[in-house]
Amino acid sequence: MSEPNALPVPHDDASRPLPAQQIRARGRSFMALVLSPEPPLVGWVAALDAQIAKSAAFFDAKPVILDCGLLTADEDGLSDLVPALLERGIRLIEIEGADPQWPATADWEWPRGYSGGRAVGAVEIPEEALPPPPDPARASLVIDEPVRSGRSVSFPEGDVIIIGSVASGAEITAGGSIHVYGTLRGRALAGVGGNSSARILCRRMNAELIAIDGFYMTADDMPAERIGQAIQARLDGESLVLLPID
Amino acid sequence: MAKVLVVTSGKGGVGKTTSTAALGAALAQTGQNVVVVDFDVGLRNLDLVMGAERRVVFDLINVVQGDAKLSQALIRDKRVETLSILPASQTRDKDALTADGVERVINELREKFDWIVCDSPAGIERGAQLAMYHADEAVVVTNPEVSSVRDSDRIIGLLDSTTAKAKAGEKINKHLLLTRYDQARAARGEMLRVEDVLEILSIPLIGIIPESEEVLRASNLGSPVTLSNPDSAPARAYFDAVRRLQGENLEMQVPTDRKSLFSKLFKWRFA
Repeated sequence: MSEPNALPVPHDDASRPLPAQQIRARGRSFMALVLSPEPPLVGWVAALDAQIAKSAAFFDAKPVILDCGLLTADEDGLSDLVPALLERGIRLIEIEGADPQWPATADWEWPRGYSGGRAVGAVEIPEEALPPPPDPARASLVIDEPVRSGRSVSFPEGDVIIIGSVASGAEITAGGSIHVYGTLRGRALAGVGGNSSARILCRRMNAELIAIDGFYMTADDMPAERIGQAIQARLDGESLVLLPID
Repeated sequence: MAKVLVVTSGKGGVGKTTSTAALGAALAQTGQNVVVVDFDVGLRNLDLVMGAERRVVFDLINVVQGDAKLSQALIRDKRVETLSILPASQTRDKDALTADGVERVINELREKFDWIVCDSPAGIERGAQLAMYHADEAVVVTNPEVSSVRDSDRIIGLLDSTTAKAKAGEKINKHLLLTRYDQARAARGEMLRVEDVLEILSIPLIGIIPESEEVLRASNLGSPVTLSNPDSAPARAYFDAVRRLQGENLEMQVPTDRKSLFSKLFKWRFA
């Protein structure tokens, strides 16, 4: 028996240890907002309230970094700043430019913070409220013209429906399924973001590359009898399967 | 109302300059005022094909930069009085063209001419973008060959997204001109068929220009093929294309060289 806290090694039926599983990791980028309060803080918080009243959804979905660089340790109202933000539902992920040793910040909840951020420039806060995010179960993007070579269509929120062909050298990326009512000659990447039940359907399969939930197949690897046919592609475990439609 | 027509392709060497000259001359012969403008700064060819290379004093760059007036740079064609050419610079490069400068020149040309035919350079970079930016109509020149077709598709995408009309929410009228077409090779499957090209590009076809020695001959003579040899197969195809461009519904056919047909008959008789 080894260390008491070791996790048990998975074994198969014959009690042989199974080969260690691979961990797959993919990247996804978000943009964090940096708020830099200016004195007087009372006025700044009021301005923030006005902004929230105009576009509540804007702050709701964003990770926020608080930059206290423009404030001093004995700024009026400093101790109430973080509680005020948290009360308004602002999702603080990091606080910069303030010292936890300061008397004013003693009661603050300090978030753990992240490494490696990159400044991206000014962000304009929209005047009207943002439209509500599309219902993921029903979101779809319809394109009713051919997708030309070099064009890259990206719709992570749902299905993409193209009434026309997709040219060689064009790329379609969808969080859901991709439907091409024409010839698919370019690249189609469906189920981006972890949807392994997404499908790729087309009237004529001449794609350069198809992928569902990260598993891909190039033209070379497609079974010859499926090329040029009306095809449904789906994910079966870790490999793509091309089935005829009709 | 003046019309700006861009002759573009993406791929190089497919027949843009040849077609600009041929279409421009054919349009001018209908009595309309036509100017052909060379946008290939640094690699100018339109002046050679038009036979104007020994009369170039000022060029498009000079006008854009204000060193010369438009009237000083325009060269009147010696054969057709309603046809003029605005040459490009050979010593400068595309960075000398500015978007504002080009806009000014195009607007000035609109006051003087019925058709402004812009000969685009190959590629999708600045020169090609500036040539297409102000276009009202486009002729996409394509060879019946896979890389030309894909490049033409790319260019069509750019015509639909980066031009002034596209940005204003309107669509440019795009016309396909299939050049260097060889009927025999297409039948043998060595070249893409017309239907294949149309299926991929999905824009209306205004002409099929057959491969012909006449084109090289005309270019060496410094004359658009529609002026040097109007009865030749390519010239007749260009004249038909111009009629379709102006809205006429002409049945599509590939003109063949009448001469060779006749000589074949002749040979057969005296076999």
